[in-house]
Formats: sequence, C-alpha cells, structure tokens
Amino acid sequence: MKPPRFAYHAPRTLPELLETLNETADEAVVLAGGQSLLPMLNLRLAAPSHVIDLGRVPGLDSIASTNGSVEVGAMVTHYRMETDAVVAASVPLARRAAGYVGYRAIRNRGTVGGSVAHADPAAEWPIVLLALDGEVGLASVRGWRSITAEDFFESVYTTAKRPDEIVTSLRFSTRCAHRWGFSEFQRRTGDFATVAVAVACAVEAGEICEARVAIAGVADRPVRCREAEAALVGGSATAAADAAEAASDSVDPISDIHGSSAFRKRLVHAETLRAARQAFSANEAGARDG
Amino acid sequence: MAEISLTVNGERTAAQVDPRTLLSDFLRDGLGLTGTHVGCEHGYCGACTVLVDGASARSCLMLAIQADARSVETVESLSANGAGLHPIQLAFKDCHGLQCGFCTPGLLMSVVELAATNPACSRDEIREHLSGHLCRCTGYHHIVDAVERALDSATGRADDN
Repeated sequence: MKPPRFAYHAPRTLPELLETLNETADEAVVLAGGQSLLPMLNLRLAAPSHVIDLGRVPGLDSIASTNGSVEVGAMVTHYRMETDAVVAASVPLARRAAGYVGYRAIRNRGTVGGSVAHADPAAEWPIVLLALDGEVGLASVRGWRSITAEDFFESVYTTAKRPDEIVTSLRFSTRCAHRWGFSEFQRRTGDFATVAVAVACAVEAGEICEARVAIAGVADRPVRCREAEAALVGGSATAAADAAEAASDSVDPISDIHGSSAFRKRLVHAETLRAARQAFSANEAGARDG
Repeated sequence: MAEISLTVNGERTAAQVDPRTLLSDFLRDGLGLTGTHVGCEHGYCGACTVLVDGASARSCLMLAIQADARSVETVESLSANGAGLHPIQLAFKDCHGLQCGFCTPGLLMSVVELAATNPACSRDEIREHLSGHLCRCTGYHHIVDAVERALDSATGRADDN
C-alpha cells in the first residue's frame, strides 16, 4: 500500500510543466489534487515512471465570470467551488454538485481539473459540465485548445486529452444556469454516485426554451438524455414526470456490486424527477433538495 | 531523495525524503509523530487526517514532498508539552466518543477544522462533516455528542446534553 518508485517533477511555470510533460508523456502522470491518483498509486493500479506535480504552477486556480460563462482553473478545489461567491451567483448548479464530491478532506484537496481528467463515469463534474454546455481547456507545447464536454469524455477513465496535454480550465456556460436541479443517490455520504442527474434549463419570457439533462453512473461515460430534455422544454404540468420516464427508458445501465441494472433504471427515474422538480421550482437563488 | 522544509505543529522541520513517501509515513516514521494513525491507506477511513495549512487532508493521499513549504498540524498539536487535554479531546472523553481510539486522531483534527470554520453548525452538519471517518466501535452517536459539546463550549452555546 505504498506508491511505486517514480521520478518527481515540480515545475514552477506552465511552459516548464508542458516541456517536462512533452518529454515524458507516455510514462508520466500529472498530479493535481491527488485524491484519485494517490489511491491508484498506493494500490499500485498505476505505476508511472514520472509524476509531474501541478501544485507549484501559478495561474491555474482562478475563477472568473466572463460574458456568458464562468471559467474555472483546473486546480480549483471542490471546496472552493462549494464556497466561491462567483460560482454561487453564476452557476449555482456547480456549487450544489461540489458538495456531493467525497468528504471535506477530499474536497479540500481534490480539484475540478483532476476530476474531469480522471473521467470516472460516476463523478459529479462531468455531468455538471455536460448540463451547462461546458468546455475543457487543454494545453501542450503544441498550443492551447478547447473541446466540448460531449467530445471530451470518451469512456471509463478515458478522454480526448492527449498524453502531452494537461487540463488547464473548465468553462461553464451560464445560458442554462438559471433553472437547475441536481440529485444524487450514494450508498454512503461521500461515495461516488450510484446514479446522479443534473438538469439545467434556459428560460425565455418565463418559459423553458432549452433543457439539458446529464446522467452519471449509467454508462461508460456521462450521458445526455435528449428525450428527457425534450420533455422539459415548455414546462408542461407533466414535464418532470415525462422527463423521468424518458430518462429511465433511455438508459441501459450495467449491473455491478453497487446496484443492478434494474435498480439503476429506477434510480434514474427518481433522481431525474427530483432534479427536474428542483429546476421547476424557482431556484434562481439556489434550490434545496426536492 | 529530495530536501523538504515544512512546519509541523509549529516547529520548522527540514528532511530528506524519497518522493514516493506518503505524508502519513513521513510524520510517523520520519518525525516519530505516531499519533497520526494509518488505516486503509487509500483515503477511505479518515484515521490519518491532519491539517495542511489549516484545512483537513488525508495524509495518506499526499506525498510528503507536496507538503514542502506548508504547515502541517497533527493530533500531537492539541495538547503540546503535556498541557493537558484539549477541550475537544476532553469532550470525546466525557461523552465516550471513543473506544479503541484508532479513528480518534483523524476525527479530532476534522473537528478542529469544523470548530474553526463552522462552529455554530447543526447536528446534521456535524454528521456531514464527519462522514469521511470510519469508526467501528462507537456507532457514531457518542462522537456526534462529543463534537456538539466541544462546539457548544467553544461558542458559549447552551449545553443541552
């Protein structure tokens, strides 16, 4: 239960970091908050030759509200997302989701960039990114690029990030940030979700004109459910129930030690219903659990 | 090996560490601070919780080298120099918030953080804050009682125990 041997690098600037990563890419892992990587090292599920620590690189921990979006540096911790005033005002869905990540000690050190780079299909940040039409910023010695959340998550622990790239930032659109819901079932507080659902809606002239529904824990990656989204647009009296039905029908989850496929389908129904009801209650200032 | 320099329980410390050395092992084996207990070694049990720059952290999920230039507080900081038990420790003793004591150091450090950041919290918030700690003896009720008492005496809130 100890990490294997590795060469440790603690670059002091982003260019230095990217250069080191470029030289070692195939044998390196990037250490952000370490709350997923350290368990993998301790359990020897990972045995990299090089560990490159982002912890001494400045400029990766800002939170900025720009026109129509909130940009969050990769090294921003879950706990900061839970307590930051800009996040609370502009993307309250993200604040709510942050509180479901692990425990306080995990949230103090774990980062949003580390979470999306790790790409656990039951994690919270990937579905928040999907629901808020988010993008992932990536940097390498070759330059910087941005990729939509939908194209970023490819499979279990697998993303479109190339080995010589690091995640530098997440961008959440505020277009759908004003009506939202988040509901998660976890066996014990702090566990990964068995199923979690994020709902985000745009409102025009008092009516829901766009809805996004993202689900964790039902596939090899976070998934959107277009049928449930269609059911929410317009916000009819049965919209939440219709969305829950549609979401449950659309998924074909695997069975594992945390729950059978049938149980997960039931959970998708229940959590979608709760998240949609939160979104329908006036929650501009932040809804409570529905 | 790499040179690190950090503050542990208020004292400046410099040491040579292998980069793969966990902070938990450095504290116990390197500095002899065996109050920090090592349970699961993958971040699940909470026994090894310490404060890093005032915020709780799993010392088994941190490399010692990551603590370079940081300030670390362990359970030994609570009653330094034989000054008697810290009020939080006293509350755990008085409320039977421990039996075997294995999980206690980590719990105590989490409660130090809670007292510093949200001392007027509800019983539910106490439970939420402590959710990352496994205790196989107490069934948790007495731990929550102890934390409630510790926070009550710290904030001057009426003691309803």
